[in-house]
Amino acid sequence: MITDKTTLWLVIVILGIGTFLIRFSFLGIIGARELPDWVLRHLRFVAVAVLPGLIAPLVVWPDATGGQIDPVRMGAALVAFAVGMWWQSVLGAVFGGMVTLYGLQFLLG
Amino acid sequence: MHITNPKSAYLTGIRDASPFILVVVPFGLLFGVVATEAGLDLLETMTMTVLVIAGAAQFTAIALMLDHAPVFIVLLTALAVNLRMAMYSAAMVPHLGKASLRMRLLLAYFMVDQSFAVSIRKYEARPDMPMPARIGYFLGTCSPLVPMWYLSSYIGAVAGSAIPPEFSLDFAIPICFIALSAPAMRRPQYFVAACVSIVAALALVWVPYNLGLIGAAILAMVAGAQTEMWLERRAA
Repeated sequence: MITDKTTLWLVIVILGIGTFLIRFSFLGIIGARELPDWVLRHLRFVAVAVLPGLIAPLVVWPDATGGQIDPVRMGAALVAFAVGMWWQSVLGAVFGGMVTLYGLQFLLG
Repeated sequence: MHITNPKSAYLTGIRDASPFILVVVPFGLLFGVVATEAGLDLLETMTMTVLVIAGAAQFTAIALMLDHAPVFIVLLTALAVNLRMAMYSAAMVPHLGKASLRMRLLLAYFMVDQSFAVSIRKYEARPDMPMPARIGYFLGTCSPLVPMWYLSSYIGAVAGSAIPPEFSLDFAIPICFIALSAPAMRRPQYFVAACVSIVAALALVWVPYNLGLIGAAILAMVAGAQTEMWLERRAA
């Protein structure tokens, strides 16, 4: 249990302000100024450079199974990826992944 | 859809982001439950949810406080988890940098993973969108997600630990991010960037404060950009 409420409120407020400043950072400081082409070229890769790395450990070593490779979660991840790439559909990938997750969980019990 | 009109851009944004309600709700429920079990009251849980709107950092902060980590470490680690959003902020500069300061302050508050990823896809596909339409679209992507994040945390906090583990709520977010990344994978330079991101993130998982992810992302951006330039040279 978290009993030290002073610390808790300190964390809530500073984490809130800090997170906002991180989100505002470049959008606030650079604003309307033009960026050089080589920077723009790298920035186009931000989404695809952050999101896969963010979730890779969660797919390979999920906390819910104590860090063991889990065929259910791995299967759901692969189906979501295949559907999204093949049909170019984000919605289809979410559905495919969730259906596989619950389907495999039911089948493998 | 006339994506150049702010109002229809707003509606298109709502439509494009709506599927992610499916993943935001389980994640929010889980946060409400975990925070309540950790001893936060409703006001504390909701203040954190509204001020921070970043699930992963909120979970990290709660877990570290439960471990009685020093405040400095709690903040440093949770903020490092959110450092990826500085990259989102930079990636939005070419698209939203010309908006007014007040508008950029508002947009920054709403810069969550899903809104960023959905919007940047649209901006790159439709570079002709005028600024009011871009802003409308971005606010549209936030409109179904952020209120649902607040609401589901609230329900999780009130309903408590009634959610069985079979729902595998932990896996909603990975599926969401896979879904957001997969459509870009047909272009080889994006595929290369994603592969480098995955391999480097797994290899750097030991780096403290989640900074391995930042390193992996930078390597992936360089790999993607280099691949793209190589492809352009070969095509020329």
